[in-house]
Amino acid sequence: MTFAWTLETGSGTWNPLLWLVAFGVAVGIGLYIRSFGRADNREGDALKPFISGNEEPEDGASHLPASNLYWGFTDALKAYYQKVVPLHSGIPTDYVAWMLGVMAVMFIIVLAT
Amino acid sequence: MFSFCIRHLPALLIAAPLFTAFVVPLAGRLGSRVRAAWVALGAFATAGIGFALAAKVLGSGPVTYVFGALDHAQTLGAAAAFPIRIMFEVDAFSALMILISSLSSLAITIYSLAAESRQSGLDIFYAMLFLLVAGVLGMVATGDLFNFFVFLEISSLAGAALVAYRIDEGVAVEAGLKYALLSTIGALSVLIAIGILFAQYNALNLAAVASRLQFGTLDKIALVLLAVPLAMKAGAVPMHFWTPDSYAAAPSSVTAFLVVSSQASLYALFRILYTLYGHLLQFSWVTFGWFLIILGVLSAFVGVTMALTQKDVKRLMAYHSVSQTGYMLLGAGVALAVLGNAEALAAFGKTALAGALFHMFNNALYKGLLFLTAGAVFYRTGTRNLDRLGGLGHTMPWTMAFFMIGALAIAGIPPFNGFASKLLIYESVYRLSPFLSILAMVVSILTLASFVKVFHAMFLGPPRAEYAEAREVPRPMLAGMAILAAFVVLIGLLPRPFNDHMIAPAVEALLDRVGYIATILGGS
Repeated sequence: MTFAWTLETGSGTWNPLLWLVAFGVAVGIGLYIRSFGRADNREGDALKPFISGNEEPEDGASHLPASNLYWGFTDALKAYYQKVVPLHSGIPTDYVAWMLGVMAVMFIIVLAT
Repeated sequence: MFSFCIRHLPALLIAAPLFTAFVVPLAGRLGSRVRAAWVALGAFATAGIGFALAAKVLGSGPVTYVFGALDHAQTLGAAAAFPIRIMFEVDAFSALMILISSLSSLAITIYSLAAESRQSGLDIFYAMLFLLVAGVLGMVATGDLFNFFVFLEISSLAGAALVAYRIDEGVAVEAGLKYALLSTIGALSVLIAIGILFAQYNALNLAAVASRLQFGTLDKIALVLLAVPLAMKAGAVPMHFWTPDSYAAAPSSVTAFLVVSSQASLYALFRILYTLYGHLLQFSWVTFGWFLIILGVLSAFVGVTMALTQKDVKRLMAYHSVSQTGYMLLGAGVALAVLGNAEALAAFGKTALAGALFHMFNNALYKGLLFLTAGAVFYRTGTRNLDRLGGLGHTMPWTMAFFMIGALAIAGIPPFNGFASKLLIYESVYRLSPFLSILAMVVSILTLASFVKVFHAMFLGPPRAEYAEAREVPRPMLAGMAILAAFVVLIGLLPRPFNDHMIAPAVEALLDRVGYIATILGGS
């Protein structure tokens, strides 16, 4: 029954039900290991995050904007973004030109074959 | 009465949304409650007819329907040398698309009943929404080239009007204008191609033209004039630029259905390449296969990298739509590239095509869901700017849960539906080119990173003072999201039955060009 639900991919298989069972077992093992931990580590200063020795701000006093995330990634690909972003000019005639350009390339390829 | 309805399901599939659209302004005169009831009735009727027709096709084979004649045989044989009437031919591939459109339109319409209730001009809004639905359903059901053009125009014009609906100090109107301009130029190209084919073969019926096609110079020109605009309408890079502009400006319920509209264009592209031209491309299989593969890889990579830098949540999601279209083009391109190699087609080509078609279905569900969650956040906060959002998980837990389901699905995280279709694509594409497969996986990782950012920006963190009044969205909006989320989870947990009963027949139908022609022309 279980294997009747197995998706064949040609090179492998995928059975979500077996995956869920494995996931449940992994969570169970994790919780079991966690139960060996000290109960008193959930009290007092241990709950406070370590922010390089700075005091934790009050709730709502700090906000990390979405733009700050992945700065390193976009900076590393700066050369790529400097070329690709300006192509998104917002000018409708540019958009039409791109479609006509692709069409021209395809005409050449198709008529040549 | 029941048998009459079953017999005329293809006509009812178009008649129901059209009738709903034209009566909406009259219902609106009787009050907003009457209009809402009428719209809900129209949505359920359209979806019910779509489900029934798809079930009939998947259960007992292709359905043909001739407008103005009792059966298609009357338009053929001794009475006429070629099919002269408008004909619908609904095979398993069309049925799959009808299921996508019906399910999405139902969820989106229910959602919009609350989401748009504060807006004015709702008579026109719903009339246009149902015209869009009718246009998309017609595109995927028709077996007539000129009729396809008509439905393409209906969906484009209704889509442009809906993109511009909110005006938004001119931003939405400009986006609507861009959508209309690109759609019109694309449709003109399609019309010229249809004219070329009609002039040569004296037929507009898809099967009739396919049976006579010679693949001469004019046919090659017609092929390019058909394929490129349809790839543009599907949002393939480098013709995707209209997508973020239009998707971001439109109301979220409209954006969710514009995704389906784009997929109808993708359906048409595949239909043209596989069914209309099919084996005639034998000298160009590799060329056209790689045309789709290159468009797919560009779309997947450019889409996701552009998404990563966006601050407008809907613009970000629009770029992800481009990226997801890349997966579908990649899968279908691999299958087309090996169409002339029976061994490779059986070994991995069919699996690649199955992955592409499976991903079309999955994408409509989770991408629609994600746009609806973005709309829910906008509904309560009035902003789409991720830098200004935060902490909404405290007050909008259901929206957050639905967003998580959609985000995990689009990133291809098991056990959600996106994983199953992506796995089919990864493993089959790997057999043609490991590099392409690895690139597809990298795109998935970047997709996950992008949605982690959105999740953090919208829902995590302490509650923000400016959104202290924010609370969960009304129940119809939750119901619309819940329908899509339920199918994302269900298909994710049961991919095999879904693949066997819907995707595999669609793949066989798309590859069976002779069968498609024979259904109309009878054993040619």
